[in-house]
Amino acid sequence: MGRTHATAREVLVQVPAHVEYEKATSVEQALSLLARYGPGARVLAGGHSLIPMMKLRLVQPEVLVDINAITGLRYIQTAGDQLRIGALARHADLLADPLAGEHFAILHDAERVIADPVVRNWGTIGGSLCQADPSEDLSAAFAALKGSMIIHGPGGSREVSARAFHTGPYQTVVGPDEMLTEIRLPIRPDGGSAYLKVARRAGDWPIVAAGAAVWLTGDGDRIADVGIGLTAVGATHFVAAEAEDFLRGQPAGEQTLARAGEIAAEHCRPVSDQRGPADYKRHLVRELTVRVLRTAVGRARGLAS
Amino acid sequence: MKITVTVNGTDQARDVEPRLLLIHFLRDDLRLTGSHWGCDTSNCGACVVWLDETPVKSCTVLAVMADGHRVTTIEGLARGAVLDPVQAAFATCHGLQCGFCTPGVIMTARWLLDHNPDPSEEQVREAISGQVCRCTGYENIVRSVLRAARDDGGDTG
Repeated sequence: MGRTHATAREVLVQVPAHVEYEKATSVEQALSLLARYGPGARVLAGGHSLIPMMKLRLVQPEVLVDINAITGLRYIQTAGDQLRIGALARHADLLADPLAGEHFAILHDAERVIADPVVRNWGTIGGSLCQADPSEDLSAAFAALKGSMIIHGPGGSREVSARAFHTGPYQTVVGPDEMLTEIRLPIRPDGGSAYLKVARRAGDWPIVAAGAAVWLTGDGDRIADVGIGLTAVGATHFVAAEAEDFLRGQPAGEQTLARAGEIAAEHCRPVSDQRGPADYKRHLVRELTVRVLRTAVGRARGLAS
Repeated sequence: MKITVTVNGTDQARDVEPRLLLIHFLRDDLRLTGSHWGCDTSNCGACVVWLDETPVKSCTVLAVMADGHRVTTIEGLARGAVLDPVQAAFATCHGLQCGFCTPGVIMTARWLLDHNPDPSEEQVREAISGQVCRCTGYENIVRSVLRAARDDGGDTG
């Protein structure tokens, strides 16, 4: 078969284990393949998380169901008061999309620091969410924006809050016979949003990252509603819920934002690892939370930043 | 699994295992060894090729995913004996030292200039931020890409 080097490579464990491959050209066909093969099947989109995991043998699917040919799942568009992102939209698509940036600056802030431009060319939004890495950026951004996910399965489709999508590290509510097809983000008036990440080097996973979406009262003085997303610090569903509860109804001033940062830092659960000690990460949560809130409030007031 | 990939304009039909990575398909099956197999973790960018019109890291794409698609590698850039302006600029500006990262960087740089013919230095650095030069020769790489942008402009071919 011309695979004379395969054995040597397998010793290095840098090629995936044997796997079958199916190409789906429609959501229906993908679902029927998932149903036929059962839990041993995995959906393959950009593969930029799945294939590295397969090389390391951390996952060993029996069958890959490639959905890249379902071109109808690659879109970013508004529908009524929602922005809708097809699961197969590439990270580069989201970064380049003017509608996304206009309504949700947080998405462009985040995409600029997700991996690198070439990886963003091929990695997909849906794939990143379904990989459910506890350090993933868009999970925090979508949680802050209070979005939702559309999941298709044999019984039709269902809508799940972004804040209920993840059930743990590398785990989501998407069943083995289901697939994520769309992300929906509500477009609300008087809102602003922002995202900041601290990483060891360009393109790396975050040490800590925070995102905020703020909706102000009509006079612009108070916080009517707020979403704060945190990643890489063990926040449940990527949400700083206690800080959000504190902020709602408060004046949108420096003192309040500073207190929200402290609350977010108190309640997250970072662990010490090669990216830094837990107390440093807690410090970053406090500082980044304040900064993204400040920028989000400024943007909600129409100030450039 | 039988696949047909149009590589540098030529249809290449092969029978491959689904787990075969695109970089190995190019290097081992087609003997196109210009694309380099580097970190194998989609960090270093030595393996960048175009899948259809898009630069991708071919260590993280399966060959079967390229079935029915076009792939362009560093070997596909020159027109006969005439180097692409990016290749020529790398020679002129000493844009390569050991040369390992060069093919991937050039594929990304060519794509950048096709979409942004007059990039700023910052835009060049951002575009190649997913490529690692282990000689740390970034200054000359950036200089080469900016030079190529100027040469592109003067090249009506």
